[in-house]
Amino acid sequence: MNYTELAYGSLDDFLYGKCPKPVKCKNGMIIGGGEIYPEVNFTLPPMKATQETLHEAKSIYKEMIDGVLKKAYELHASGLVVEFETLPQYTENPEWGIEIHKILREAMWNFEAKNGLKSVIRMTPNDMREMSRPPIMRGGKYWDAMVKIFSQTAKDGADLLAIESTGGKEVNDEALMNADLRTCIFALGCLAPRDMKWLWTNLVKIADENGSIPAGDSACGFANTAMVLAEQGFIPKVFASVIRAMSVARALVAVECGARGPGKDCAYENVYLKAITGTPASLEGKTAACAHFSPIGNISAAVADLWSNESVQHVKLLSGFAPVVSTEQLIYDCRLMNIAANKGHAKTMRDWLVESDCYLDPQAYILRPDVAFEISGEVVKTQSPFLRTVNVARITLDILQRAADKKELTLPEREIKWIDNMKEQLDEIPEDEQQFIDEMKAEVDGGKYLPFEYGI
Amino acid sequence: MTDLSLLYEAILKGKSKSAVEITNLALADGAEPKMLIDEYMIKAMGEVGRRFENQEIFVPELLMAGRAMKASLNILQPIMKSSGEKTSIGKIVIGTVKGDLHDIGKNLVASMLEGCGFEVIDIGIDMDSDKFVESVREHNADVLGLSALLTTTMPYMKTVIDAFADAGLRDKVKIIVGGAPVSAGFAAEIGADGYSDTANSAVTTVKELLGIK
Repeated sequence: MNYTELAYGSLDDFLYGKCPKPVKCKNGMIIGGGEIYPEVNFTLPPMKATQETLHEAKSIYKEMIDGVLKKAYELHASGLVVEFETLPQYTENPEWGIEIHKILREAMWNFEAKNGLKSVIRMTPNDMREMSRPPIMRGGKYWDAMVKIFSQTAKDGADLLAIESTGGKEVNDEALMNADLRTCIFALGCLAPRDMKWLWTNLVKIADENGSIPAGDSACGFANTAMVLAEQGFIPKVFASVIRAMSVARALVAVECGARGPGKDCAYENVYLKAITGTPASLEGKTAACAHFSPIGNISAAVADLWSNESVQHVKLLSGFAPVVSTEQLIYDCRLMNIAANKGHAKTMRDWLVESDCYLDPQAYILRPDVAFEISGEVVKTQSPFLRTVNVARITLDILQRAADKKELTLPEREIKWIDNMKEQLDEIPEDEQQFIDEMKAEVDGGKYLPFEYGI
Repeated sequence: MTDLSLLYEAILKGKSKSAVEITNLALADGAEPKMLIDEYMIKAMGEVGRRFENQEIFVPELLMAGRAMKASLNILQPIMKSSGEKTSIGKIVIGTVKGDLHDIGKNLVASMLEGCGFEVIDIGIDMDSDKFVESVREHNADVLGLSALLTTTMPYMKTVIDAFADAGLRDKVKIIVGGAPVSAGFAAEIGADGYSDTANSAVTTVKELLGIK
């Protein structure tokens, strides 16, 4: 599937809870069909994840899912997505992750049968390939472990398959700290799309063979790392904004290979992906502050189809365990948005969510629906992921400069000078991808990555 | 005579090529390597650190300054070594603990320590306690830095600290810990000597632990 135009004819239709290509799950729950649902993720409290602690871990996961389902039922949630994002040890030893998935899956089936609460599980194993340094992307024990856990959990009833894949991250990491846009473009525009094509071709096959839905990927290790570094004042926010927008070219490859959504929650690039492909998006913001801070707490909900907490540890708060607390918060967020939509005010609600954040931070500004259309429109002008990445970087810088000139965004001087710096870096990048790859192969430390793992 | 304030400026602005040129010119003029380091280079890095603390610059500018400093040090250190002079203000082994792949924070701490004149041995990610003990012993390190980003890997920091006690090395090395889920309370609980929540404060913590002003 090649995308040459946006999935929307009008900005007024670009709303939360609905999309042109909703996803129907096995139990009939439809994501993106008119209602926004909560997506809950939880993780273990501080403890080792070993064979010795597996029994204890299993009982904690059972306690967490029981608490979450009970709270969702008590609060009259009409549907719920639960994400099981494994710990690295539970992917490396796939049988451990498979056992825990079974506990969650069966608890959800039983609860649905007994109480009628529709729930869907998203299975998100780790991308273990970066455990090898340099990473081995297309084979080896880590890849085998990933295939095993994806395949078996899909067989065992996982509804949605997702991942935060890391192809190109080994090159991007250091480039982020240096605000080296040129190397980030090599990582996100040349390496990552090649890996996404290989990875998602395989994941779609696994999903199709086992009746699961190939859902989506997240550039978490790229764009969220940039966002966190910017939040700490380490790198410019305008740089993190450009990295976010650039990650859409990479994300689009998964959908071109057959991913159908809902996109992974921490992938804020889902906003652009939804505009281009019409597939549903999971997103997270203020109610994910239990996991990480962000300057996009409200605006990230503006076009979400699932509303997530990212992850929360099983620790006791005054009211109860944190996963249950998080579930309540998500449900109330969704209730308000759904009632607004039911009363015909989805667009007003969307615009309030947007306006409450968009003028305060460049990372929020670039998620505005109108800006998302502008950036997404640039993406579909070409089919080359490399050119998409470069062109998006350029237009995002123009958008930020324009916003600063119009005083819609207040950017300190130390931020403004990085807009010029990045433009200069872009001017040095050739239009021909092969020429760029040749240049970068000479520039990037060959010990960091294996070019042949990317087919270059 | 070479205007040595240009060395200070070159490092402050992260201009490695200029820093190397001025260093070579200064040496040709008979300047003492230690004087160049103490009077100009470390002072420049101090100003870079101040600007970063005051949110006037970002990490990329700080790293550029660190690289310029390192480029000059690469010329000066062999000369100092040959005359028996100390070439760094302290030696640090750093790594991410077993089961954890995250390394951006650890890399940042390593870069900032290097920029401030420490010798840093970065042993990488997913490291077990034996590797940490072996590396500290091999390099005779003053400080060990442990990093973890996951709630399920942070308990391994105690395993590492216990391994140093078992190896009879605990009193010979200061151990600092850091990473998103780690807190000062946790650091104290597992017997670490120090904790920091940012890369910049890690440098301050290490200096305090080693009594460096």
